[in-house]
Amino acid sequence: MADESLFDFLHMEIVSHIYKEQQSGKEEMDNKDRAVCVSVLESMGFRVGQGLIERLTRDSPSFKDELDVMKFVCKDFWTKVFRRQVDNLRTNHQGTYVLQDNTFSLLTQLSNGKQYLDQAPKYLAFSCGIVRGALSNLGLDSVVTAEVSVMPSCKFQVVVQKL
Amino acid sequence: MAVCIAVIAKENYPLYIRSLPTQNELKFHYTVHTSLDVVEEKISAVGKSVGDQRELYLGLLYPTEDYKVYGYVTNSKVKFVIVVDSSNTSLRDNEIRSMFRKLHNSFTDVMCNPFHNPGDTIQSKTFDGIVSGMMVPPG
Repeated sequence: MADESLFDFLHMEIVSHIYKEQQSGKEEMDNKDRAVCVSVLESMGFRVGQGLIERLTRDSPSFKDELDVMKFVCKDFWTKVFRRQVDNLRTNHQGTYVLQDNTFSLLTQLSNGKQYLDQAPKYLAFSCGIVRGALSNLGLDSVVTAEVSVMPSCKFQVVVQKL
Repeated sequence: MAVCIAVIAKENYPLYIRSLPTQNELKFHYTVHTSLDVVEEKISAVGKSVGDQRELYLGLLYPTEDYKVYGYVTNSKVKFVIVVDSSNTSLRDNEIRSMFRKLHNSFTDVMCNPFHNPGDTIQSKTFDGIVSGMMVPPG
């Protein structure tokens, strides 16, 4: 079962490396720098998501509609990538979906208290990218954001862009 | 044995197209281009039948006097088109399906290659090798 921790450690190191690089030479990071770090992480996740989805949907039949795609993401995709299923999927049927995961695997190692709540979004950027990449390869352009209120539960909000 | 193999991206531009060098290549490019219309028709037609499990293999798209054209679409809307010689009647459906499976597997490997950007033409030598294995060896 050591395979799971391999990615967790790699991910933690990626996050801290990107932030260190951005900070090099400067005393404090301003919001612009933080935004750059988040978008770098997100675009890494995007490319990974695209490749993953190609491999995972190789044998499955085509999806009937958007909701079908989201259900696939919540069940099979989430299982393969984060080793569990999404606990709750809500939609307003207008293209907005909220995926709630109560024990998100990349957050379980951070302690439960309020202390690290503002550091949590850093660790979610890569996963947002993965979801966005997966959806884009399945034909759905979207904007994915994540929020954390109580660790380790988090909500991913997917807004599908209509043409 | 195929005479021409093409991989078309979601936006309908070719990512990879290879035909036998001895033949008139432009003719194959046109054939593949026109077959895209048939592919679109099939994709939208299957969507109407409710409850039908949509398959990725599209089957024979259309026969011309010399060639038969087969199609396959992936879940990421990338299309594979294979053109085979009509005179080679011994090719059965199963063999065409297995050719598409091989193509899809090798395409998945190309997509997972971190040095490949999705949307670029396919430069991979391994992919070239697989495709050459499927084409008729030039006599």
